[in-house]
Formats: sequence, structure tokens, C-alpha cells
Amino acid sequence: MNRRAFGKTALSSLALMAAAPRLALAADWDAVLAEARGQTVYWHAWGGDTKINDFIAFIGAEAKARHGVTLEHVKLASTADAVARVLAERDAGQTTGGAVDLIWINGENFAAMKAEGLLHGPFATDLPNWPLVDTQGKPATVTDFTLPTEGFESPWAMAQFVFEYDSAKLPAPPRSIAELAAWILANPGRFTYPQPPDYLGLTFLKQVLYGVLPDAAILQAPVDAATYDTAVAPLWALLDAIHPALWREAKAFPENEPALGQLLADGETLISFAFNPGRASAEIAAGHLPDTVRTFVLDGGTIGNASFVAIPFNAAHQAGAQVIANLILDPAIQAAAQDPATLGFQTVLNLAALAPEDRARFDALQLGLATLSPADLGPVLLEPHASWMGKVAEDWAGRYGVAP
Amino acid sequence: MSLTVRPLALAPWALGLGLALPIAAGLAGTLAPALTGGGFQSLVDWPGLPRAMALSLGTGLVSTILSLAITALLIGCLHDTRGFSMLRRALSPLLSLPHAAAALGLAFLIAPSGWIARALSPWATGWTDPPDLLILNDPMGLALTAGLVTKEVPFLLLIALSVLPQTDAPRRAEIAAGLGYGRAMGFALATFPALYRSLRLPVFAVLAYGMTNVDMALILGPSLPPPLAVQVADWMADPRLARLPTAAAGAVVQLALVVAAIALWLGAERLAAPLVPGLALRGWRGRVLDAPMAALARASGLTIALGLGAGMAGLTLWSFAGLWPFPAALPDSLTLKTWAKAAPDLTATSLTTLAIALAASLAALALTLATLEAETRRGRPLRLEGLIYLPLILPQIAFLPGLQVLALVLGAKGSAATVAAAHLVFVLPYVWLSLAPAFRAWDDRIGLTAAAMGASPGRIFWRLRLPMLLAPLLTALAVGIAVSVGQYLPSLMLGGGRVETLTTEAVALASGGNRRLIGAVALMQMALPALGFGLAVALPRLAFANRRALLAERRAP
Repeated sequence: MNRRAFGKTALSSLALMAAAPRLALAADWDAVLAEARGQTVYWHAWGGDTKINDFIAFIGAEAKARHGVTLEHVKLASTADAVARVLAERDAGQTTGGAVDLIWINGENFAAMKAEGLLHGPFATDLPNWPLVDTQGKPATVTDFTLPTEGFESPWAMAQFVFEYDSAKLPAPPRSIAELAAWILANPGRFTYPQPPDYLGLTFLKQVLYGVLPDAAILQAPVDAATYDTAVAPLWALLDAIHPALWREAKAFPENEPALGQLLADGETLISFAFNPGRASAEIAAGHLPDTVRTFVLDGGTIGNASFVAIPFNAAHQAGAQVIANLILDPAIQAAAQDPATLGFQTVLNLAALAPEDRARFDALQLGLATLSPADLGPVLLEPHASWMGKVAEDWAGRYGVAP
Repeated sequence: MSLTVRPLALAPWALGLGLALPIAAGLAGTLAPALTGGGFQSLVDWPGLPRAMALSLGTGLVSTILSLAITALLIGCLHDTRGFSMLRRALSPLLSLPHAAAALGLAFLIAPSGWIARALSPWATGWTDPPDLLILNDPMGLALTAGLVTKEVPFLLLIALSVLPQTDAPRRAEIAAGLGYGRAMGFALATFPALYRSLRLPVFAVLAYGMTNVDMALILGPSLPPPLAVQVADWMADPRLARLPTAAAGAVVQLALVVAAIALWLGAERLAAPLVPGLALRGWRGRVLDAPMAALARASGLTIALGLGAGMAGLTLWSFAGLWPFPAALPDSLTLKTWAKAAPDLTATSLTTLAIALAASLAALALTLATLEAETRRGRPLRLEGLIYLPLILPQIAFLPGLQVLALVLGAKGSAATVAAAHLVFVLPYVWLSLAPAFRAWDDRIGLTAAAMGASPGRIFWRLRLPMLLAPLLTALAVGIAVSVGQYLPSLMLGGGRVETLTTEAVALASGGNRRLIGAVALMQMALPALGFGLAVALPRLAFANRRALLAERRAP
């Protein structure tokens, strides 16, 4: 076969594939469903939050009822545990039958697994519910910390950084990083952030970066070693200034988001933050926070991203894992996730693309006392390139990792 | 006859290999990566290394010295008093308390937003918001040290009480008293040196645990930087996937640090040994010491019992709490919501935990009994005692990661059986320590009499020795269950996240700060061992209802 003929054949087969994708997909998907029936999918997901755990159990019940797939939630203290597990399996030569079927993942963990070739895929774009995903309006569903997902992970929830405060004790919260810093200095001991490399702690540092960098656009490109030190100098300057006025004088930090939330609930801190605009409302509804707690965002916007699920290359139950990934994109499940009474996560779906009865599920939701409306949430800032946070986390440990 | 003897002769080998093989394999598997990939260089580059090492050494040594001192104080000043038996009854169940649960209870008690602060606020302190005090997770590790002491004193105390009869303590005390010595001084000069000889290995175990524990340190210890073992565990799980050599190098340093600490301790022993005769030669009877020492003993014993007890009560209350804002001393409302929601998960997790604990403890009990009986029939003691302590003295973090890779290679991935096998390594020493003294203390003349009447060794073992040792047997089983329930790193690493035990669940939740659920899980975590110990106390009373002397023998001291 000469070169041109090969080109022609390749082109025509490409055309064929494009012409009949739905048909082929439907048949393929039936095969996936058939293979998945009876499988037990081990979903490795962080297990530190009961509401999320309950929601995963709810997905499990739906998966069992609709597709005969059993879902086991393997509760992790850190997503990295699952990554390390898959890596250990690869190092031990285990290329099939791995322990991890599905991982709740994003950012650095995804970048690491993708770079190491530890992921199965691309699979996400072949899921029947994929066309419902709002890839245009929510570009974070296909760009994970500036890294294109290329179908190696499927989104399940949108998150946006919001601050939380008790309106009974603090009538007018700050609206910018500079105002926040001034407030911290005026109210020593009443603010802190989770200890990096915790993701929420790092997200706070990113939010600070957005507030102090003259040109935040440099965050979208990988770190340039030549200009890095000058670029981040304002971040360290601000932290150096506020650390003595932080909770425990920055000699101890809360471990993660729930620990930070507990400090707000105990009244140890007055301003807190979360990566879920609905968290405060859900906590109020559950009776864990006083009903005077409210949320706010900064004037220039706050960072937002998506949570994903990915399938390891050696997962024992890849068909079942795909069925779960697709089920999570089901409008009924997505509406349940957005309900502040259950989870209060933002949906990844394009509401305009939904059937009227599915759309109605979202319209019927009560957002809750403390949750800002989509309009009030303001602009969503993109996550910086993952290399920034690797470097910032390392430097943070060098600067502040040994208490004074 | 030969049929029963031959497999029995293999028992000590099985026990020895069962301990040594997994440890050797695990060590090799962990340490190999340390030699490649510049692990030591990146470890040295970590700015937190000196402090992390100092923390490991400091919290370990200080908590061990304090635990030993308080134990000696309790036995020396209070033994045989009514208060002592009350204290003993209060502390014995606390021994079964998993470390993580004890740490969580203590954390809630002493935190600035904790129960003590709430009870005193706002009327005494004026606090309407929790004070900004660095009590928990302090950079010096004081909270961690306090937590370790409260957990290790019950352990050392009960071990000391079990070996005390071997020291012939009452007669030593009598002679010292006859010479006019005060109670505390007499104990220090006459009984303690003999007691300490039997306590040495348990003390090393306490030292090694204090230096290398991960679960208590995660909850109470500092994080800027954390003690070395916590940081090593952290590196093992680093998302950048490249810190394994650093972690392995850290494990090597941790191992060396433990060896160094034990060497330091042995050196201090040498220096301290001449003190006893020196003190005796000066002839000071020290009777004035008795009152203050007894008061100190009472105060420290009470603090520990109350601290652990109130911590548990606090966790229990949180599991039933509705909204509970600061500075309310009690929740605004009580609700069953937490329990109702957690019930299905908790039931499944508790059953898994119990199954693993039973499997590991029964296997340990069988191995221990077979080895002890083999020893009896050989007629001379085995040189196993040191080996028994190996899993307690070697840092878990130094050989569990290697064991994890080994389990993967063997295809024994994440099953409950693998976890139970790993638990056996840690359960075995405690079962041995719990059972061996009673087994060896059994009056041989009973066996001699039976043999003279024609009973075979097997018959003597099954019909006399075992039934008479029912109480210590059940106690050893309960100890085994308690140890297994409390295991964190082995369950996490060999379970591969798939085998969920109450302890992995509790520590995972501890990172999340949901006190209500933490309370529920911690309560279950202590309920299982408590059930075991309850049965160990109740069953012999039922079985020996008409043989009171058999019950009494257990309390011989």
C-alpha cells in the first residue's frame, strides 16, 4: 500500500467513525453494561466527610438498582493513598486485577497518574451522558489545573472557593485579599488556613497569589524558574506579615477542610473558607453551624475547579467503573448532589441541554440560607498550572514547615 | 505419644519464624529503595529533619521515663491499699483502649475549645470564644507526650503487676519495713531493682512505640514538622510518587534512632545501677517520703484515670450531640441522628474488625500455648524472649511498607486474611507476655502428682493445666483482641484501603474533624476490647463458681 492510498483509507475510516458514532457507542455501551452487571466496584475516595460518604452510598444504591453494580466506597485519608497503591501494584508487576477501580481525583494526583501512564482511557467522552456536560460554560470540566483531561477522567462536581463567616459576630466581611490581611492583623488569632500541602490550604495560597500578583496570567503557564522568585515574593511578604496574627500564631495549622470548618463551628475562627459554596448551608441544615453563618467571595472572583473520577490502567472492574462514572452524570444524581440538604455541590451539567423534567429537578432546589446565587458567586478564576503549587508547597514547607 | 510431641517440638520454630520472617522480609523491602535514588540526600535537604528527629527522641524518652516513674510510684506507694485496687480496676479496662481513641478523647478534653475550657467558661475564665492557646499539636510535642503517658502507664502497670509475684515483693517489703525503711524508700531499694529486671523489655517496647507511633502523633502531635515516623508515613503516600527513596531513608534513620535511644537507655541504666546500693549504704530510712509520695501517686493515677475516662465520656456525648457551640458545657440538644446514620457502616466495620481480631488472637494463643507446652516438656526455657519483643521494638514504619510490596507480589492483596496475618505479628508478643507468666507460675507439683498417677503429658495439659489457667487464657485472648483492634498502620498498609477497621476509620475521620462521628466510631473501637475483657472476667467466675481458690490464684500477689 502506497502512502497516498494509506492516507485515503485512513481518512475514509475516520469519516466512517464520525458518521456513525452514536450507533457504535450504543452497542458498545450495552456490552459495557452487560460486563458490569454483578461486578463490585471499589471506589477510592477521601472519606473524611459524612455527607460525601452518604452521597457515595446513595450512588451505590442507585447503581445496584439500575445496573446490578455493587459499589464499595474505600474511604481514604488522602487521595494520594490510592495513587501510591496503584503505583505499588505497577511496581510489583500487577497489570490486571488491581485493587483500585475508580478514584476521586483531580489536580496534582491526576497530573502524576497521567504522566506515569497509570490511567485507563480515554473513556469519559464515550460515556452516554457525556453530551450533557457543560464543557463550554464550565471549561474546568475538561481542563484540570490547566492540564487537558483528554477523556482520562470524568467530571462529577464543580467547586468554587468561598469564604464563610458568622454574620452575628462580623457584620461587614473583607472583600479583597488586602482587606482580609488588614482584618487578620486587627483580629489576631481568628483566622487560619489548612496546612499545605492540603489542597484547600494550597487553594488559599493560590487565592492570595491572584490577589497580590501584578499579572495573574503567568499562573496559567508552567513555572519559569528564572522569574519564579520575584513573581512569588509578594505572596511570602503577605504571609510573613499575617502569620504572627494567625490562629495559634501559625505554630499549628488545621489539617484540612473539615478541621477548618470545625474551628468555625467552635468559634475559634471568625472567617473560614471552603471549596464548596453550599457547605455552610448544608452544615447549618445539619445543625453543625449556627444559622447566622453566611458566605462571601472576593471582588475579583474566586478560584473554581471540577472534581473528577478516573480509572486506573489495571482496574479489575473497568466496565463497572465506567457505569458508575456515567451514573454520576445522570441528571437525577447531579440534582441530588446540588441539593444543600444532601451535598450542595455545583452541577457539571449544562442545564440548557437537559430535558424539561430534568431541568425542573434543578429549578426546584432550595439553595439554602448561606449559599450565594450563581450570579452572586461572581467570576470563576482558573486553577494555576500544577507546577506552581508543587513549587509553592515545597517553598512553604521550607519557610514555615519548622515552627518558630 | 510421639505423635503429640513431634508437632509440638515444631511450635517454637513456627513461632520464631512467624515473627522473624515477615519482619526480615519487610525490612529488606523497605530499606532497599533507601540505597537508590538519592533518598538520603533529599532527607538531609528536608529542613524539618533535625526537629523531627528530636521530637521522636524527646517524646519517646520523656514519655517512657514518666510512664515508668508513675508506674513505680503507684506500685511502690499504693500497692495493697484499697485505693490501689480501685485504681487498678479503673485502669485495667483502659489498657484495652485503642491509642487512637484515647488520643481523640484527650484531644477533645484539653483543646482550647474542649471540655475543660467549656466547663470553666464563661463563669471562671470570661471566655465566650475559645482562647487562642497552643495546647494541642504544640511544636514541642507536650500534648503528644501527655497522651503517650496516659496510655502507657496502664500497660506498664499491668505488666508490672503480672511479674511482681516473681520478685517475692511482699517479703522484700517486709524485710525493708522491719529494718525501719519507709514504704517508698523500701520499695525503691528492695523491690524495684528486681521488678525492673522483668520490666526491661516492656519498657523498651514503650520507648520504641513512643518514638515511632503514627496514629497518636497524627492526632495530638505537632505538624510543623511532625515527628519523623509521621513524616515518613506521609512521604510513603506522596502524590508526586517520587518520595519513596526519601521515605525509605527516613525509615532507616528512624530505625537507627530507636537503636540509639535503647543504647542511651542501657547506658543510663549502667550509670543508675550504683545509685541503689549507694543510697542503701547511706542508711537513710526515708519515712518522711511516704506521705508526699503516696499523694503524688494518688494524684497521677487519678489524673490518668480521670483524663482517659472523661475523654471517653466526652466522645460518647459528642456522638449523641446536636448543636454544641462553645462555651456550652453540654450540648444544646441530644439526638440519635449520628448513630442512626452510621449504624449500617459501623456494624459492617465492627464485624470485620472483630473477625480479624479473633483470627489473629486465636492463632497467637494457639502458637503461644504450643510453644509454652513444648518448653515445659523440654524442661528448660527457650531463648525466645528477646525475639518476642522484636515486633514491639522495631518501628512499624520500618518494615510494614516492605511487607505491603511483598503481599502484592504474592498476590495476597487487600484481604482481611492478609491483615489478620499482619496483625498476628503484633498480637503474638502481647498474648505471649500476658499468658507466659501465669503458664510458668502454674504449680508443677499438680502435674507431678498427676504423672505419678499415670496421666500422660497430653492429659495433664488438656485436663489440668488448661482448665486451671482458664482465667489467664481468656485474659490473653482479650489482650490479643484489644491489640488487634487498635492496629493502624498494618491495617492501612496491608488492607490496601479495602479492609476497613474501626481504627483506620477513626483515624481517617480524625483528619476530618467531625466529632460526632469520631465519637461514635471511637466508642465502638473501645466497646469491642471492653467486651473481650468483660467476658474474660465473667466467664471464669461462672466456671469457677464453686472453686473459689482457682479465682483467687489469679490474684496471687
